[in-house]
Amino acid sequence: MSRMKELQKNLFGGTTSNARQFGMIFTLVAIIVFFQIQTGGLTLQSGNLIALTQQYAYISVLSIGMLMVIVAGHIDLSVGSVAAFVGIVVAKAVTEHDLPWPLGILLGLVVGALIGAWQGFWVAYVGIPAFIVTLAGMLLFRGGNQYIGNADTVPVPEGFRDIGAGYLPEVGPSTGYNNLTLLLGLLACAAVVWRELRARQVRTQMEGAEPAPLWIAVLRMVVMIAVIVFVTLRFAGGRVGTSFPISGIILAVLVLAYSFYTRNTAGGRHIYAVGGNARAAELSGVKLRRVNFFVMMNMSILAALAGMIFVARSAASGPQDGLSWELDAIAAVFIGGAAVSGGLGTIGGSIVGGLVMAVLNNGLQLTGTGSDMVQIIKGLFLLGAVALDVYNKKQGRFSIIGSLTRSNRSRHEAAAGESVEANVVKQPAARS
Amino acid sequence: MSTAPPLLEMRSITKTFPGVKALSEVQLTVRDGEIHAICGENGAGKSTLMKVLSGVYPYGSYDGSIIYRGAEAKFADIRASENAGIVIIHQELALVPGMSITENIFLGNEPRRFGRIDWKAANSKALELMAMVGLKEDPDTLIKDIGVGKQQLVEIAKAFAKDVRLLILDEPTAALNENDSQHLLDLLRGFKERGITSIMISHKLNEIEAIADSITILRDGRTIETIDVKGEGADEDRIVRGMVGRDLGSRFPDHVPDIGEVFFEVRNWTIRHPISAERLVCKNSSFTVRRGEIVGFAGLMGAGRTELAMSLFGRSYGVYESGQIFKDGKEIQLKSVTDAIANGLAYVSEDRKAVGLNLLDDIKTSVVAAKLSKITRHGVLDEAAEYRQAEAYRKSLRIKTPTVDEGVTKLSGGNQQKVVLAKWMFTDPDLLILDEPTRGIDVGAKYEIYGIIQELASEGRGVVVISSELPELIGLCDRIYTVFEGAITGEISRRDANPETLMKQMTSTKKLATS
Repeated sequence: MSRMKELQKNLFGGTTSNARQFGMIFTLVAIIVFFQIQTGGLTLQSGNLIALTQQYAYISVLSIGMLMVIVAGHIDLSVGSVAAFVGIVVAKAVTEHDLPWPLGILLGLVVGALIGAWQGFWVAYVGIPAFIVTLAGMLLFRGGNQYIGNADTVPVPEGFRDIGAGYLPEVGPSTGYNNLTLLLGLLACAAVVWRELRARQVRTQMEGAEPAPLWIAVLRMVVMIAVIVFVTLRFAGGRVGTSFPISGIILAVLVLAYSFYTRNTAGGRHIYAVGGNARAAELSGVKLRRVNFFVMMNMSILAALAGMIFVARSAASGPQDGLSWELDAIAAVFIGGAAVSGGLGTIGGSIVGGLVMAVLNNGLQLTGTGSDMVQIIKGLFLLGAVALDVYNKKQGRFSIIGSLTRSNRSRHEAAAGESVEANVVKQPAARS
Repeated sequence: MSTAPPLLEMRSITKTFPGVKALSEVQLTVRDGEIHAICGENGAGKSTLMKVLSGVYPYGSYDGSIIYRGAEAKFADIRASENAGIVIIHQELALVPGMSITENIFLGNEPRRFGRIDWKAANSKALELMAMVGLKEDPDTLIKDIGVGKQQLVEIAKAFAKDVRLLILDEPTAALNENDSQHLLDLLRGFKERGITSIMISHKLNEIEAIADSITILRDGRTIETIDVKGEGADEDRIVRGMVGRDLGSRFPDHVPDIGEVFFEVRNWTIRHPISAERLVCKNSSFTVRRGEIVGFAGLMGAGRTELAMSLFGRSYGVYESGQIFKDGKEIQLKSVTDAIANGLAYVSEDRKAVGLNLLDDIKTSVVAAKLSKITRHGVLDEAAEYRQAEAYRKSLRIKTPTVDEGVTKLSGGNQQKVVLAKWMFTDPDLLILDEPTRGIDVGAKYEIYGIIQELASEGRGVVVISSELPELIGLCDRIYTVFEGAITGEISRRDANPETLMKQMTSTKKLATS
């Protein structure tokens, strides 16, 4: 194997050395570099990175839940409406009924859970397709938002705004940087090193499985640490008073927690099993209804959180909140490599997919492109990204999206081979 | 040997996929008007060869040449090969369940009059075609309402709606019962008399012997030999030797049963159909399984064997009406699959692709899927343990794969079945119910699967084998129950079992004296 191939195979692989997340990340880097040049360096400036994080954190929170919903073989169209509904309920409770804001957040999560239970009940226990249930929910909770809020805008108090617009505070000696952000970066570097060591350790316990070559492991660590250091310095070195946003921290915690859940626990694996083959999962002892109920409910809770982060950022809840968020979240998940038919996809992929869309959006705005063109370009990009991937799969070549679908090479190749095979055989048969 | 030029000659066909040479210099010569059987183990390249022939893999994507009716054929797609009169009928039927027989026969090929579909002509032509294949049904019947045997006939009628010269059947009898298979074979003989050439891919050696004029044996993507049946006669051992590359002393490994006490008993099990509640799918069925015993269930397709097994396995089928399950003398309640697994039951489904495996999974994930708790520590999946477990099964069951990281779709049928068996062995069950454990599996792999089944019994587990192949049941089982229309109609011990007795009890409600 040539070094280049080895590199492609192993870079950014995470715990399993044979992952190929190379392509999508490459796309992301290409877009960033492109806009960095186009905007004369604006893209990677501290201020822009911070704004970008605040602006897209809530979409990424949604895409975490959406990934799980789509992996299980469903879809959720109601997230924007649910976010808006929870936003107005919390805003009213905190502002007009003087509920302390931490309790307000708790209330929002509970309302999200109730809505999720409602939708999960119809999907899992009555057996109505999630598309229909959440289409109904989309109308229902949009209407609910306007009914409760009287189609008015309701402001939220100072403390509450922190979850959307707050930053890590300034503490400790003056270093010219935000100290807590530096600390966070340091922790992230330590985590990367620990993870790499741990992955090698696990891999060596597997007889017959080759750990990634050492030079690749080192290179990967160096690259990731370099990225982390760069990003940390950018976030820490912005205008005084700004630093890494609180919403970014919420997102990071969720990404870590849900990645762990989907990859390393039985519950997470059950979601993939249900999406891959529901009947087989059922006959293996997976409680189908419970899994379906859980993913739908979880989605609404995350939608509630996203709604609150957005309200906090814009300092008020309004009737237009959350419009077409579901589409952004779904696009992020599919660009990030999930399969429409379920069973494939990763949280990490969805986050990268969301980042691609965010950088694209942000870059286009920075270059002064009108919102009409932004939408057209985003639409074409989504279609193009998935089409290129499908084409690559058919040609039996490396598939960017496939490489993200599961942190395992063989898995995607198998799936690709199967679907192409099926297409080839079925299409002519159907025509004949 | 006739001196007439052959209808079809495939010369030195080589087809490579990335990393795999699926076919290498394959030769196939099919004479006009003969029935030509192709046999070989799964993965030997039979299907690939047929895909090359029918244009699924277009001209240019393989090396070698196809001479068809005296000229070189360069098919760009299936359409092109069909226009030339080559029609392939796949194992998985390509019919639309919600459409009628007529609509299916003419799908994509509808007779038209002034741009509109001429249903009158279609119907009368359909009746003609149905008579030709011996299908007695109302042409307006929906496909989903007729059995799989009749569906196969519709598929053949569909081939005849086009002008077929060379009919290719991929495992045509795999899903058929004995009667339907016989009918199909008779039909092929009839076609031969009308000058239609057939290529048949099959695993069933007795059928091949009965019907084929020539037999081409493939192994590992190469032609081993072509046997001219009329001249040389078909020798089953020779075919098997050619397919697997070695002698199979016996179809079944040696096994001395060590049978213990009755430990599993089902009494008066009655199950209703999930949709039409008045139908009883299992009627008052009672049976026992001893430790170390292999118990067979014989019956025709649709007799209710699978339904019985699945309803026992945590009520995965139908509506429970009455009946009890005893294990080790105590009554147990199995209301869900989780209950069933917890009580030491395992059910290996007859359809491993549709319900046995998640085809997106790799081998190691599949192996541990039914008992994740065994590799979970403090709520976290232990990937190293998962790998080790899968690796152990790869070795002990001899699953042919470079690593257990490989996707299950990359495996041949026999190896996939081994993965499914490993998945259930991993749950450490006391009773395994194996539904058609060797369906669609080649001779060599079958032998290995039998060995695994016997090994499981030797470990003191009870094994229930449901099979439509009587020789398999007779060769493998210590005791056989016969099932007919949802009821158990007989119980036959190994020494009394022969195809005739079994068949008699499989087709009659009268309960014969048990031995």
